[in-house]
Amino acid sequence: MAKPDDLPPAAKGQHIDEATGTRTVGHEWDGIEELDTPMPRWWLWTFYLSILFSIGYVVVYPAIPLLHRGTEGLFGWTSRGELAADTKAETDRRAPLMAALAATPIDQLQRNPELMRQAVAGGRAAFRVNCVQCHGAGAAGGAGYPNLNDDDWLWGGNLAEIEQTITHGIRQPGDAATRTSLMPSFGRDGILKPDQVADVAHYVRTLSRKEGPSAAAQRGAALFAANCVACHGPEGKGDRRFGAPNLTDAIWLYGGSLGRTGAGAPNAQPGARPAGGHKLDKATIRMLAAYVHSLGGGEDFAPAAQAAAGAGTATGAANAPATAAAAADARP
Amino acid sequence: MLDPDPVNPLYEKRRAVFPKAVRGRFRTLKWAVMIVTLAIYYVTPWLRWNRGPYAPDQAVLIDLAHRRFYMFGIEIWPHEFYFVAGLLIMAGIGLFLVTSAVGRAWCGYACPQTVWTDLFQHVDRWIDGDRNAQLKLQAAPWGPGKVARRLVKWAIYLTISFWTGGAWIMYFADAPTLTRDFWTGQAAPVAYVTVALLTATTFVLGGFMREQVCVYMCPWPRIQTAMLDEKSLIVTYKDWRGEPRGSVKQARTAAAPLGDCIDCNQCVAVCPTGIDIREGPQIGCITCALCIDACDTVMAQVGRPRGLIDYATLEDSAREKQGQPPSPHWKLIWHPRTLAYLTVWGGIGLALLFALGARRHLDLSVAKDRNPPYMLLSDGAVRNAYTLKLRNMEARPRTMTVTLEGLPGGRMWSDDMARAAAARVLVREVPADQTQTLRLYVIAPPGTAEQDLGFTLHAIDDEGTTDTGKTRFDAPGEGQ
Repeated sequence: MAKPDDLPPAAKGQHIDEATGTRTVGHEWDGIEELDTPMPRWWLWTFYLSILFSIGYVVVYPAIPLLHRGTEGLFGWTSRGELAADTKAETDRRAPLMAALAATPIDQLQRNPELMRQAVAGGRAAFRVNCVQCHGAGAAGGAGYPNLNDDDWLWGGNLAEIEQTITHGIRQPGDAATRTSLMPSFGRDGILKPDQVADVAHYVRTLSRKEGPSAAAQRGAALFAANCVACHGPEGKGDRRFGAPNLTDAIWLYGGSLGRTGAGAPNAQPGARPAGGHKLDKATIRMLAAYVHSLGGGEDFAPAAQAAAGAGTATGAANAPATAAAAADARP
Repeated sequence: MLDPDPVNPLYEKRRAVFPKAVRGRFRTLKWAVMIVTLAIYYVTPWLRWNRGPYAPDQAVLIDLAHRRFYMFGIEIWPHEFYFVAGLLIMAGIGLFLVTSAVGRAWCGYACPQTVWTDLFQHVDRWIDGDRNAQLKLQAAPWGPGKVARRLVKWAIYLTISFWTGGAWIMYFADAPTLTRDFWTGQAAPVAYVTVALLTATTFVLGGFMREQVCVYMCPWPRIQTAMLDEKSLIVTYKDWRGEPRGSVKQARTAAAPLGDCIDCNQCVAVCPTGIDIREGPQIGCITCALCIDACDTVMAQVGRPRGLIDYATLEDSAREKQGQPPSPHWKLIWHPRTLAYLTVWGGIGLALLFALGARRHLDLSVAKDRNPPYMLLSDGAVRNAYTLKLRNMEARPRTMTVTLEGLPGGRMWSDDMARAAAARVLVREVPADQTQTLRLYVIAPPGTAEQDLGFTLHAIDDEGTTDTGKTRFDAPGEGQ
């Protein structure tokens, strides 16, 4: 294509515009012409500089996609590498805390309030990653998934017991120290007839005063004594050695309605929780234990913490409904 | 090459300004303002103020890292930022007030662009000589002498600029420590970047762009042209007295009597923005009043009364034209608009002072847990969880009580204590100048309905401040 300058301006219709002194491009539409205003110098220089910059960028950073990999660039920079560096920096920053946690036996943790505070904070974050899938973001659980906010513990609610549960899980094959128990499927396996299952359900509901005494409940009491006391105890208060739930309180793992209580007995579906010990390090497990312990149902607070809190109890000691709870807390 | 020489250029090349040195009352005032403003800027970060062992001892400190703003006896926390907003509003209205009273006095005397430009123009005179010498040097071809002078001048510019940027960062950290860290290379990168940026902007804006900032870049002159009215003091060339112009010699031989202006051009020569005030009010006039000084000097030399160029209002000018005596300046300042601005400005100031005096040095905020909204415990009791923030805004640790208000039969405990120790009053030690987070579990007997609930924070010391926080207690509804 010939350069415009090679042609005589007149042949292309170009001329110098009188008002501006600028050459026109040569086109004309109904008397309207376009000025061929040159690019501002600074704009051109910026443009050339950005071309230079882009060449440098392609050389220095990964830029051109090839068949299997892209060009890697002189600096060897990758966004994954940057993430790894950031992660490592954060891990290094937390290293002293994690080391201190790994070195502190869980029953000593409460002697160090500052470490405990940091453990709770770290546990809150670890909980979001590892536990919310079943226990929920608010740790309130759901049917079959224990609520961790309350004061009812299947396997024990002090720091050491919580740590044990998190580390070895519940009903985890292959972990010798896992917590194991089995609620028999009385209905499905034909140990009890369906009307007997219903009788036991009525009796269990009377234990927590969800319903009054009845003939069915009386029949259920006899069946309970024969089949259930081995694990749930003669008073139905449960036994943490077997993870047997306390049947006299207001908390139900699978629901407390007649149907749910009944369903539990005939078709037990034992829940399982993964053993964290295979996946999480000791410090993270301790942080999780500290967090779960801090959710309001934790047991066995260290004497130091009790004493500090005790300063404020004087004015509130007269309140009645705490007595039962206090007794419950004192339970081993 | 095409000839880019339009008839009406969109771009006007800067005409370099070489203002002549001048003496007079307004020049003296400008010196005073420059010394005071620069002294405030450079000295303030080095003032000390004892706040006890728990707070920094720098009198004025914007502590971004710890979210505190210290100003002598006042300490502003982030949640009290409205004090800073109020100060900024006062600064804005203060500008309006000054503008309506004495015109563009901010532009002429106190604006940093004016002060630093003035400073740099003094450097020009010191290195290159006064206006005529500067003009001559500008026109001279580049030789060793010119290069040497330019390099020395720019080096001085750069030094001043560096100290300008260097002083700025002192407001954001402990000045002595930061100075040491800065020179030993241990200060935060942001300190070096800030100094570099401010050095560059001061160097360019003060050393080279100068009046172009006022004429082209700054929005304030535009706003001010809208704010000036016939009652505003502006620098006025009294054309009814000065015109027609003519030298003293011409006046002797002229047929008709000439005006007082002898057309000596001194008002133009001294103008730092290079305008001719005799063309009337214009956006380039920052009302620095140096032309008044120049004209007064000349009038004294030719034995005519001073004030051919003077501060005057448009209203007053009209009166003067008709031969009436001008009203004194102090009287011109007071008119409805200035009084209105003064009232608003003073009102906000008093409100801020009152708020400052009445503010509590203790603060409580309450956030309720919404997931789960409530919990049933094994004995059927209902439990809600709350996160409380106890703020101790005193520079000493304080013992505080947190009291549960309302909720009959309700008691509370925190996440670091057992439920057995639950009470209606908890005692907490809050460290000096800190916020303590307190996780609270509040329990109510079985069957409690949902209702309002409050917490009271009270410091048990001589000051005994109290704050309250209101929230809600959730419970299962009927039939659950």
